[in-house]
Amino acid sequence: MATGESQTPDYQQRKWQNLRKLLERSGPFCHPDFEPSAEILDFIMNSCKVLIVGAGGLGCELLKDLALMGFKKIHIVDMDTIELSNLNRQFLFRKNDIGLSKAKCAVEFVNKRIPGCEATAHHCAIQDLDEGFYKQFHIVVCGLDSIVARRWLNGMLMSLLQYNDDRSLDQSTVIPLVDGGTEGFKGNARVILPGMSACIECTLDLYPPQKTFPLCTIANTPRLPEHCIEYVKVIQWAKENPWGTTTGLDGDDPQHVAWVYEKAQERALKYGIANVTYRLTQGVLKNIIPAVASTNAAIAAFCATEVFKLATSCCVNMNNYMVLNMADGVYTYTFSAEKSPDCVACSNNTQVMEIQAEATLQMIYDKLCEDQLYMMKSPGITTVINGRNKTLYMSSIKSIEERTRDNLKKKITDLGLYNGADILVADVTTPNTITIKLKFIENIDVEMSR
Amino acid sequence: MASPSPKSPEQTEKTKQYDRQLRLWGDHGQMALEHGHVCLINATALGTEVLKSIVLPGVGSITIADDKTVSDDDIGNNFFLESSSNGLNRGSEALRLLLELNPAVQGHAVQEPTDQILRENPDFFKAFSVVVATALEDKTIQNLAQHLWDINVPFILCRSVGFLGSFRIQIKEHAVVETHPDNEQTDLRLDVPFPALAEYLDGFDIDGVELKDHGHIPWIVILYKAVQKWQISNTNCWPMSRKQKNEVKSIIEEFIRKDENGIPINEENFEEALRAVNTALMPTFLPTNIQNLLYSSAATNLTKESSPFWIMCSALRNFIESEGKGKLPLRGVLPDMTASTEHYIKLQNIYRSQAAMETEIIYRKVQQIIAQLHCENISEGEVKLFCRHAHDLYLIKGSNIATEHQLGGTVAAYISRYLEEPDVMMVHYILLRAAEMFRSEHCRAPGDWEPEGDIAMLKTCVNKILSDISCSPFPKDDHIHEMCRYGGAEIHSVSAFLGGCVAHEAIKIVTKQYKPVNNTFIYDGASTNTTTFTF
Ligand SMILES: [Zn+2]
Repeated sequence: MATGESQTPDYQQRKWQNLRKLLERSGPFCHPDFEPSAEILDFIMNSCKVLIVGAGGLGCELLKDLALMGFKKIHIVDMDTIELSNLNRQFLFRKNDIGLSKAKCAVEFVNKRIPGCEATAHHCAIQDLDEGFYKQFHIVVCGLDSIVARRWLNGMLMSLLQYNDDRSLDQSTVIPLVDGGTEGFKGNARVILPGMSACIECTLDLYPPQKTFPLCTIANTPRLPEHCIEYVKVIQWAKENPWGTTTGLDGDDPQHVAWVYEKAQERALKYGIANVTYRLTQGVLKNIIPAVASTNAAIAAFCATEVFKLATSCCVNMNNYMVLNMADGVYTYTFSAEKSPDCVACSNNTQVMEIQAEATLQMIYDKLCEDQLYMMKSPGITTVINGRNKTLYMSSIKSIEERTRDNLKKKITDLGLYNGADILVADVTTPNTITIKLKFIENIDVEMSR
Repeated sequence: MASPSPKSPEQTEKTKQYDRQLRLWGDHGQMALEHGHVCLINATALGTEVLKSIVLPGVGSITIADDKTVSDDDIGNNFFLESSSNGLNRGSEALRLLLELNPAVQGHAVQEPTDQILRENPDFFKAFSVVVATALEDKTIQNLAQHLWDINVPFILCRSVGFLGSFRIQIKEHAVVETHPDNEQTDLRLDVPFPALAEYLDGFDIDGVELKDHGHIPWIVILYKAVQKWQISNTNCWPMSRKQKNEVKSIIEEFIRKDENGIPINEENFEEALRAVNTALMPTFLPTNIQNLLYSSAATNLTKESSPFWIMCSALRNFIESEGKGKLPLRGVLPDMTASTEHYIKLQNIYRSQAAMETEIIYRKVQQIIAQLHCENISEGEVKLFCRHAHDLYLIKGSNIATEHQLGGTVAAYISRYLEEPDVMMVHYILLRAAEMFRSEHCRAPGDWEPEGDIAMLKTCVNKILSDISCSPFPKDDHIHEMCRYGGAEIHSVSAFLGGCVAHEAIKIVTKQYKPVNNTFIYDGASTNTTTFTF
């Protein structure tokens, strides 16, 4: 460091000259509210707290990008540890780091490389951190590969929203969320202003449906190598329990993968199916998404630019969803995803579910899993009857599942539900219990047969 | 219980480390990458971000040519420099920190300025699979581009200023066999079934099939039978129009079995057949772009120097003109469909065997050509891949950056056409060029010290370019002002975005897979816009 500069505040150092040009000068395309000043960089460095969710392919890039964009108060959360297959893109990790916490390793590296950076690591699940934790941030940026975790985080930020007496949104409770995702040579990035623009739950239809193979195909008419692998995974493992009944199939255990691979090959041979490979076996077992450094770098940088805009107001943010395709040239497309007025997470309206009075609880359950509005994984349903909580169905705890399983077949009216009754729904996709009001509708089929 | 101990298949440390990318470009793509040697001129933030995403996936080697000394603002925006790098050679420092990412990659640093290398040791560049350059002066760009064009080494020129960035790929000719299209057209030949397929389809008796097997008939058979039935009243005709296709659909619906109440039984394979009517009845044809490729002079006038791609094109043309009867070799891929294992595998083998047979014919033709020309051998694997992807062959014929910079040829007309629209991304292109011109003339970036004073001077540069292409000056100075505001600043996240893209394109060029940008990409981070121009 040049001696003449050791006394000057960090944000005035020559090192940050590039950023200062953007932040201390005005330009014709700036955000209308933008007032150039030295205080903006000071804010980024000393006040603005940013949370990075995920320290994987995107997270490593984001941490580096934001640290070099002047951010210092960066927190990063990830429960995972480093694996060999991460090293082709998660550039803050080395072979010696395998088995260590991703968040801790990443933070250690960046704090060392960029003096003054004060990043903090949280080696835990996002669900282990509470409202008080999330509340402290100015901006959250998310680079996850799990849709469920992304939805949970979205739900958390939405639940922090508060409304004024006139039902208008209290702007001070809005924590912007920048979200990035990649798959192979494709990716997307979006900016979410909770309560103001489309959130993750508003646009669940943008996620492609998960590819599944029908059980009868796997069992009776396999045609593809995937069918053979899926058979061993779903049926043969449970039948043979090669490592004893207490050991479940672990896609990360090379012995397990090798066993599945061998059995799948046997099955393929029996049916005359070609091309069962070890790589394919692994891919099917772990549902592996291909990933490469370059796509991650581009998407993370795109997100970092949006975080920078949010923090500095130096230009208008993108509105609000960008898709990137690097398989055929390099192509981006930006569109404005629309906020859903009925969104479970971000609308301030009472949730209403229309259902026939004759319906069974199973029908409500299926609606919660299949309706584009909810797309839940394993919803637990309770209600309040005469001031007491009553669990109608819950699959996550085995003993309760067994006790409540029969309810699924029962008519909802026999369970004490009525037109206008509230059901309380909990699921892994949201940190909060969602209250849904039932609205009975006439059964159309019955109507017609009358 | 005895613990099972299956034979563990060969999984090396390397295949584990690269697993996620091997699923994209395969072992052969990885091998090509590991034989690649990428040269970077100037280890700016953009430069090192490019190399980062090339070193991580395991390129063979990198060489950095940079004569600059590390400054404070370099350290401020470049992750591959550290505080202690201050005052040292930028390329060597960056190289040291980049190589930490992947011990498998070899690296070299050269501390001479590009002009000097071009003057004293121009052969230096012959070793590279691709050269990436950033932060060069206009004159150097032109000399370097011309030289790389002459020695036929691919070149990517990139820029990052403020929120703006661009890269330009210069490559004389780039052929891609594996383009990995999102939606690969099926190649089923129902209109012109080859003998083995015709025999199989004709021998299939739909009505004789028992009910329990009725739901297991592959839709290809159903569709073929329906068309045959349709042809009874439409002789020598193939269903093309919507009306004709609907007639075929009605026939398929007649095939569907009914229950005792006359209600059609829901059978997935018949549903699939109905859905396939619109796409699978497309007649087999030779796509025009492939035809043009096969009849271009490079494919018809082979020499000893012809690349394997053109030799295979020539063999392919010969096949189409003789054994192929005007058609490309069969792709040999059967899409998944509801069917019994037996039906499906049998049909799949029919397609695969035919494809293998046709590939074999083309391979023999390739060998004949090689024997005649006395040129280097082409492996059977290569020919197989070529035939498998013959429907999607792709060729880029590039243009010279030096010509573009002199605004020669058709470049002027091309630019002015976009400026007339007006296309703001072309305005950005002009500004990036003008800023480079400014830098050559004034030895600093426009707005480096203070923005307002340089607006007039940058405007002079802009107008010079505009008058060279016979365009009128911009009505407003706002973009010129914005460029002066940037003051030559390099913003890390803008460079990181471009770095990811450029690395990606370099990998496409080295692995010869996927279609690269043809040929200029512009990015505006402020408006989050990108576009591609073809100069
Ligand atoms: Zn929403």
